[in-house]
Formats: sequence, structure tokens, C-alpha cells
Amino acid sequence: MALSKRQRAKVFRVSQYALLVVVAAVLAVVADWSEIQRSFFNLDIAAEMFPNVITVALKNTLVYTALGFAFGLALGLVLALMKLSPVGPYRWLATIYIEFFRGVPALLVFIALSFGVPLAFGLQFDIYSTVMLALGIVGAAYMAETIRAGIQAVPKGQIEAARSLGMSHGRTLLTVVIPQAFRIILPPLTNELILLTKDSSLIYIIGLARDQYELTKFGRETLSRSPSLTPILVVGLCYLLITLPLGHLSRYLERRTGGKKISTPESTGLGVSA
Amino acid sequence: MSELAVEITGLKKSFGTLDVLKGIDVRVERGDVVCIIGPSGSGKSTLLRCVNLLEEPTGGTIVVNGTELTDPDVDIDAARTRIGMVFQSFNLFSHLNVLNNLMVAQRKVLKRDAKQAQEVALRNLERVGLSDKVNAMPGQLSGGQQQRVAIARALSMDPDVMLFDEPTSALDPELVGDVLGVMRQLADEGMTMLVVTHEMQFAREVADRVLFMDGGYVVEEGPAEQVIGAPQHERTQSFLARVLDPTHQGPRST
Repeated sequence: MALSKRQRAKVFRVSQYALLVVVAAVLAVVADWSEIQRSFFNLDIAAEMFPNVITVALKNTLVYTALGFAFGLALGLVLALMKLSPVGPYRWLATIYIEFFRGVPALLVFIALSFGVPLAFGLQFDIYSTVMLALGIVGAAYMAETIRAGIQAVPKGQIEAARSLGMSHGRTLLTVVIPQAFRIILPPLTNELILLTKDSSLIYIIGLARDQYELTKFGRETLSRSPSLTPILVVGLCYLLITLPLGHLSRYLERRTGGKKISTPESTGLGVSA
Repeated sequence: MSELAVEITGLKKSFGTLDVLKGIDVRVERGDVVCIIGPSGSGKSTLLRCVNLLEEPTGGTIVVNGTELTDPDVDIDAARTRIGMVFQSFNLFSHLNVLNNLMVAQRKVLKRDAKQAQEVALRNLERVGLSDKVNAMPGQLSGGQQQRVAIARALSMDPDVMLFDEPTSALDPELVGDVLGVMRQLADEGMTMLVVTHEMQFAREVADRVLFMDGGYVVEEGPAEQVIGAPQHERTQSFLARVLDPTHQGPRST
């Protein structure tokens, strides 16, 4: 019996669902549920992790990320302004910085700051400085390009209006351009914050005191005492507590700004007449 | 008092190899309204943008209220506070509400205190008939309202001269009247105004003088009734014929 194209598509679709049901059923029968519960969902281990996983580890992750983000944002803004500077050497320096730190692993920067710098210069940063510098240095490289694009996406007419009111170049930048640029780049910056949240785990390579543990280190430490995947699952969920709301925030902001593209600075010459 | 508010002498402006202004002389007396008309590409917007140095002239001098703007040592930011500019695309600061649009330059540039700046802002908002929009964001306003706020913003700096660069060209036809009404009122109050416009009716009724520009030159100038009513130059005649009676013109041969 020849099936029409549409009938064939339907048969194909139904058979996919059937396959999924069969696989799920087989797995459910074969699986050793008590073993799975013991290794993934061991409530005793999970209970033992509380409240420290929240009050110490989650809190520290948030603090480390905030420090790194704040420093990275400030440095990124400076780099973005350097990239837009009429002074050539500023632009070159910024470009070299950005290309370098986007190209090397963040872990390498952590190692350099916590082991390399003390050896080379005899400087010993405390944990907060290390995490702030390391995350900030790497984050700035990414954020600089975003901020630059945002600044260039501010319509030229806004700058002309500010200048025509007697604002100096710097005043225009501060009062009109940068506030508007940040509105435009809020969604990509939120994504950057998510990435930094996860990168904050790299601090583990430094010896941490117990009250300095962030989520990943805390999970590892619990794991060494309790041979179960539960600790990893718990801290993983804690990361999601941070990153999922941020992701939603980013998408919300994107919708609110109408999903404006910031990659095309040419699209801003609105209403400039001859 | 017939002092000169704006004196432009031998103004030239080139963009690369393109000569947009080829030697312009304009004198505007205090309290005068001068309308600049002409086909697109004739250099009239460039001329206006040179008057507050948004475009850097290639040659010639511009003197506004006794200050030579083309002097390399002039404090152009200070000079610009005395010259109000209204743009075709409004250019209200999109991140600030109406009141702050009117206050920001007063506060940051003129260093007025908050109370005084707010007083000035509210007074000018009332002048343009938008007192009820104090807290609105620019995006919530119609084009005509945005342009009136832009006029109030420029007026809040207490300028000596107002420049209008095609202020109604981006507006829906039914909103043009609101903006022209505000401009007419401003003219009646004795403001010195330079207006680049395609609104011939407005030019005819409000302008003390009309300049017709074409190809980077002022081709014809004089009282409105003369330049618009009885143009002498052939290019002025054909331009006005197209603008005033567009349905009876054949396609341009050039």
C-alpha cells in the first residue's frame, strides 16, 4: 500500500515516540534504583551539606563573581574607550590586551596571579584580590568588545544634540553616551556575568580555608568524605540557582530593548540630512 | 537695535573632494527670522550645522553675537550654549524623561542649581504646551510632541539664536502645525532664528528674509514675499514651481 507523503511523515513521527517509550521502559526495568538513589540522591549527604553550602559556598561564589565582574566592567570600559581613542597606541594596547586575554585559558591567569606573581615579584595577594584580579582581567577582555559595540550603537544624533547644548566631549560621553550604551548592552553583559559565575570556580587551585570555599571546592571537599555524586549534584543545582534567573533576566532585557542588534554601528545614521 | 546676530563671510565646506558650500555670505540681524530653502543637496543643512560648528568649515568666518566661532582658540562649548539647535530627528536623550532632557545641560553645563533648572524647564515646557508631559519618556511621545520638547530643551539654555534644521520634515502631516505654531510664537517674541525648511507657507508668513540655496551658493535672497512670491532667478522659479505645485510637474530631465 502506497502511503502519501503526509502519512509517511506521520508514521515516522509516531515511531519516534514509540522508540522513546520503549527505551525509557527498558531503562526503568534494568536500572538499580536503590543504587542510583545512593549515588545521586543520598539525602543524608545532602542534608549534611546544609546550611554551609548556602551560607558559605553559595555566598562566596556570589562574592567572588561580584568582585570579578565589578573590576572587569571598570577595566572593560577603560579598554573600550581606549579602542575608540583617536590616539593610535591606546588602540593598539587595547587590542593586544583583548586578543591576549581572550585567547588564554582563565585558569592560566589564576595560576599566574596566585603562583607566578608571588614568585616573580614577591607580591602575595589575598584571596579576594586574586579572584577579583583574575576574573576581572579575563572578563574585561570580553566585556571591552561588548562595551565598544554598545558605545558605537548610540545614535550619532544623541551626541550632536549633547554637543549642541554646549556639553564637552567628555561630558557628552559621561552623561549621554555611556548611560545609553549600557542600556543597549545589558543583555550581553548579563551573559558575561553568567560566564564569570562559572569561572569563579577556578579559584579552587589556590589553597582555600574552609570559610573561603566556593561551590565547586565545597562540592569536591564533601565528595572526598562521602563517596557519592550527591554533593556534585547539590552544588550544580546551586549554580543553577544563580545562572537560571540571570539567563531569564538577560532574555527579558533583550525583549524589552526590542532585540536591537549592536553589531552594526552603521545602522545609526538616522536622519542626517545633507 | 539692528546689531548683527550672525555674520557669515565667505563660508566654504568640503567633504573630501565634494564641495558642499562654495562661498556663502549671510547676515542675520538680531530678532530676524531667516528661512533657508532649496533642493536637497544644496548645502542648506550643512550651512546651518556650520553655524554652531557641528560641521567644521573649510574656509571663511562665522561670527555669532560678536564671537568668532572660526577662531581656533574659541571656547566652542561655551559658544554653543548661546546657540540653540533643533534637529530633524528630534534627538531627545532617550534615556532621560522630558524634565531631565530639559535640565541636564542646564545643570551640567550652565551649573544651574536643581531648583532654578527645574523652574526654567517647566516654564519652557509650558511655552511649548506640554506641561502635562513632564515625566514622560521620549519614546512615549508623538513626533510633534518630541520636537516641541526638543525646542523647549534648546530654549532652556536661554540662547541668543535658534537654529532649526528641517524641524518638521520627519513629522506626520497632522503634527506639523503644532511645531510650526511654537516656532511662530517664538518668532513673535523676537527670537533670532535660522530655519532650514520646506514649509513655504511658514517661510512666507514668518520669515523676515528668505535665502534660496542651490549647488553650494546662495542663489537668491530677499524678503519672503519677493523670493517666494516673485522669484527673479530661473533656478528659484523652477524649485518653487516643483514645491508649490508638485502635481503639475513632469519628471526632472536631469
